[in-house]
Amino acid sequence: MKIVLIQVLLIAVVVAVAARLFRSGGARSQAVRRLGLLLFAGFAVFSILVPGVWNRIAQLVGVGRGTDMVLYALVVAFLSYVVTTYLRFRDFELRYTRLARRLALDEVARDHPPAGGSSGPPQAGDNPPPPG
Amino acid sequence: MNDEVWLVIPLYNEAPVIGDVVRSAREVFPNVVCVDDGSADDGADEAARAGAVVVRHPVNLGQGAALQTGFEYALTDPGMRWVVTFDADGQHQVSDVLAMLEKARAEDLDVVFGSRFLDDRTEAGFAKRLVLRTAVAYTNLTTKTRLTDAHNGLRVISRDVVSRIEITQNRMAHASELVQQIGAMNVRYGESPTHILYTDYSRAKGQSLWNAVNILVELILR
Repeated sequence: MKIVLIQVLLIAVVVAVAARLFRSGGARSQAVRRLGLLLFAGFAVFSILVPGVWNRIAQLVGVGRGTDMVLYALVVAFLSYVVTTYLRFRDFELRYTRLARRLALDEVARDHPPAGGSSGPPQAGDNPPPPG
Repeated sequence: MNDEVWLVIPLYNEAPVIGDVVRSAREVFPNVVCVDDGSADDGADEAARAGAVVVRHPVNLGQGAALQTGFEYALTDPGMRWVVTFDADGQHQVSDVLAMLEKARAEDLDVVFGSRFLDDRTEAGFAKRLVLRTAVAYTNLTTKTRLTDAHNGLRVISRDVVSRIEITQNRMAHASELVQQIGAMNVRYGESPTHILYTDYSRAKGQSLWNAVNILVELILR
């Protein structure tokens, strides 16, 4: 019965993190992320000074020991890290692709001025078709 | 009439065959653009010698990215009315493209997809058949389209649709992404039978069945 509470909590956190991450980030979400990090760091310092706090949290949500609680928290943190990293790479790849495409198209526009068109087929290699 | 058509051929390490593929295509279609996706061999030079315009990606980006680059190049030709996506490894037939164009013009379609499953000319093994069928079932399930073959590289696409497509899936999932975007456009599309030649060359280079898993992951985690 008690373990159910932590399960609900963890699933809620995972879903919330995923849903949050799938939405694009603006200034506000960046601020929220930074505040979250600040809170996290603050709590880390506090839990170093008062290690017993993990046990109390664990009992509050129905997990036996504080170490288990830390483990669960770590799993959630790692999962969200994986998803953010994946999405960040996707975003990065998209920009990088556009940049490479621009370079490729500019290069071909320089070497073969206007594309073939009804004026005639483009010629091979070094003989670009006359413009117009 | 065929000079309003551009063949877009993504090219990645196909030097042994690309010259012949481009030459035979250009007997019918004068406009061929090969998008060299950072090949390590001299396929790009072969293609250029055979008369294709070659657009070179500075680094390897993937087949989906190469198609999008080819589309954007073809759009710079104001006379272009149709884009045909064509494979570099010699498994597509120019005669199929002619039939697809004829169908598109006759039935006033914006897109004609090639399908391996409308007749039994294409000899695919059981495993390949299973993967392709699963892929198309998934695509039909998640898009508004009803197709018999969603991962065929042979397609005829009108200028209007080409200008509205934006492929962002650089790797294999681009085929499903294309279908998805076209399905969302509410344009008229059809299917036409194609004969895919599985030569020893194309078989040796073909996608492994594992790619089906990769495609699914790429589609879900967008």
